[in-house]
Amino acid sequence: MYCVFRENSEQQYISLIKGENMKKQNMFTKEYAWRGLMTAGGLLVIAITICIGAFLIYKGSGTFTIFGHSIFEFLGSTDWNPEDNAQGGGTVGALIFIVGSLCTCGLALLIATPFAVGSAIFMIEIAPKFGEKFYRPIVEIFAGIPSVVYGWVGLTVLIPAIKKVFHLQVGHSVLAAGIVLALMIFPTISNVAADSIHSVPKDYRMAAYGLGSTRWQSIYKVVIPAAGSGILSGIILGLARAFGEALAVAMVIGQTTALPKGLFSTTKSLTTEIAAQMGNATEGGEMKTALWTMALLLFLLSLLFILLIHYFSRPKKDKE
Amino acid sequence: MNRVQRARGINQIMTGVFYLIAVFFFTLLIGFASYVIIKGFTGATPEMFAFARKGSIGNQLFNTIYLVFISLLFSIPLGVTAGIYLAMYAKKGFLTKFLRICIETLSSLPSIVVGLFGYLVFLVFFGLGKSLLAGALSVSILAIPVITTTTEDAINGLPGHYLQASLGLGATRWQSIYHVLIPACIPRIMTGVILAAGRGFGEAAALLYTTGSGTDLRWNNWNLTSPPTCPLNIFRPAETLSLQIWGGLQINGQDPNLANLSAAILMILVLLFSIGEMH
Amino acid sequence: MEAKKANDYKFDISHLNLHYGDFHALKDVNMKIEANKITAFIGPSGCGKSTFLKTLNRMNDLVENCKIDGNVLLDGKDIFKEMDEITLRHRVGMVFQQPNPFPKSVYDNVAYGPRIAGIKKKSQLDEIVERSLRQAAIWDELKDRLNKSALGLSGGQQQRLCIARTLAVEPEVILMDEPTSALDPISTSKIEDLAMELKKDYTIVMVTHNMQQAVRVSDNTAFFLLGEVIEYNDTEKLFSIPEDKRTEDYITGRFG
Repeated sequence: MYCVFRENSEQQYISLIKGENMKKQNMFTKEYAWRGLMTAGGLLVIAITICIGAFLIYKGSGTFTIFGHSIFEFLGSTDWNPEDNAQGGGTVGALIFIVGSLCTCGLALLIATPFAVGSAIFMIEIAPKFGEKFYRPIVEIFAGIPSVVYGWVGLTVLIPAIKKVFHLQVGHSVLAAGIVLALMIFPTISNVAADSIHSVPKDYRMAAYGLGSTRWQSIYKVVIPAAGSGILSGIILGLARAFGEALAVAMVIGQTTALPKGLFSTTKSLTTEIAAQMGNATEGGEMKTALWTMALLLFLLSLLFILLIHYFSRPKKDKE
Repeated sequence: MNRVQRARGINQIMTGVFYLIAVFFFTLLIGFASYVIIKGFTGATPEMFAFARKGSIGNQLFNTIYLVFISLLFSIPLGVTAGIYLAMYAKKGFLTKFLRICIETLSSLPSIVVGLFGYLVFLVFFGLGKSLLAGALSVSILAIPVITTTTEDAINGLPGHYLQASLGLGATRWQSIYHVLIPACIPRIMTGVILAAGRGFGEAAALLYTTGSGTDLRWNNWNLTSPPTCPLNIFRPAETLSLQIWGGLQINGQDPNLANLSAAILMILVLLFSIGEMH
Repeated sequence: MEAKKANDYKFDISHLNLHYGDFHALKDVNMKIEANKITAFIGPSGCGKSTFLKTLNRMNDLVENCKIDGNVLLDGKDIFKEMDEITLRHRVGMVFQQPNPFPKSVYDNVAYGPRIAGIKKKSQLDEIVERSLRQAAIWDELKDRLNKSALGLSGGQQQRLCIARTLAVEPEVILMDEPTSALDPISTSKIEDLAMELKKDYTIVMVTHNMQQAVRVSDNTAFFLLGEVIEYNDTEKLFSIPEDKRTEDYITGRFG
């Protein structure tokens, strides 16, 4: 019965073959063109990244090459007084900002990590159904809330609260910045940690229960160590996010050019100084160049964080 | 026996601790969101919803959406092509490895650094002037890694037999990608786009030095050639909602209620997009 | 229709060797495959029968570190030197072990091959789709749901749809890689009937795990072991009076 159809189509097929050679060539040209285009997309992404790095190096190295400051001065001195002109002659010690960044981010990590890991354990191990359906989506939404909103709420709610509770003149402080950052990086750490806890094979837990462990013992002794490198990656990702945050911190840190003396003192961080001064500084001046150097430092730090994540999440060799 | 009882006790205590953490954050996060939204709307006056030059959020809302839209025009094609390249064409080797490192670098760059780069390239180098376009391009740099990774993951997540079947029918690699693989993973790519858009809405640091503040729009001016006031002109300064919140601090005397409202609107946008992303 | 002589050979394979990296997967395979017949490959898993099948339409090109030497002639033309893989795959279609319809409608699945070959006219596509589905004996089941997703079909229907999809490209040879291993007995027998029906117009090469299947449907059978063709003969002969001891051991179930 289908023989009829077949014969019919045989003619079509022959007509198809006739046009085939031309079409075939066309097809292969197309194939190469599209592959070229996709490759170009990949190369363009590489180009953008290299461009960013190159521009930052070019601009940021000016502090050392044009204005003749030493790297040790930049990294080790608290004397920050660059001239806002191309003659230079000021001082460019950025230690205050580096310490400010380290303090606020360190504090944020201290606050956020235990809670974030705890909440990751909750949503995977303790209440997986509720965790998957409600808790995790909510945490994920909070990873997407704009940082200015966090900063704004920090400014209008947290700072007055700190002022009141601790009887201070100003509420702006390292503590406020640490809390705001902790809230911001909490979802990041929590999500990554949850993923890595989730990927721990079920057998491990079964084995632990089979040996008479309680749930906590299996979590503490088996699951967390097995998910360790993933949790660490989450913490580093959170740290990277905290380091790069500018405006939310700027809103609550108090913006004083001085080393922080304690939790309640005001200070500045790398990002907040860039955000505050870049717009006012003269193009090509010592001030602006020093700010570029700080941006370069941030870039290098984010590279460092990536390397750390790669280092910690590399495949373990002792597995085999 | 004693040890077992102790272990049980600790287990119960720790379970309680985890519940406490979860309840704490659950209420904190929900409370945070409702606080921002409620506070924004209770302090708002009807004038604030207008599209006026000062004291309203209409223009900023429009700018925010328009800016994200323009930035997606750049980041979607580039991100998707790079993702397809990684998933389908890239061979193991230095170049591919390097591209992955580049994407990771882009995704972990502080947004203020991206903003500075945008400022340097688009303003100083190309002399654009503070403009919506410069801001959109900066935001698209932030969006590219998100879209690239979701595209790559989406394609790699497809059953391997789709490609095999298509090639087995005599399709070329590109035909297989275009006719089978891409249509099959469009939903997942969309998730990445929505995610990127959601981040774009709230971006402020990257826009600080690229889009400028102030936004003088004439809603009856649709002539693209008269630069600063036509809403669709991409070469005009364009303050977004997030910049409005930030700017509220710099300009003394700006009504904090306005910033509250901006924050509320941003929060609603983010919630809408997050819900959109999950479906 | 081109008249086909008896004992007309479609494939002529000589001295075929295939390496995956260091692994010698096919060892000096020599074989002629008859046109308009069903040729079955049997052998224990990992014996190279699927690898050999995939060589016939160069699906192995996708595998990294895969090195092939030797000659495979399709109608006298070398498939590696005188043909590009796309043209080859138009002529030599393939049906896979797992039914693998695209996440598209039934119609779009079948029309996929013709479309990428450049046929755009709706009426022509309609006709090809109908003919292919009829040939695959699934038209009556699917004619009312051409626009429904193919993923909603049962496994057996999906596999016949995949066969229809292959037929729509108008191949000369159809390779089937254990086409029924994922199916229930009823679907399996439908596919077997279909294969026997199709050999009038096509040359069919089939890898099978199931020796009864080889006996039921095939005209010729090749027995593979550790990358070598141990015995290749008329199916009836191979199963009744095997020449090689190892073939006998395998078909009598002494290993496998």
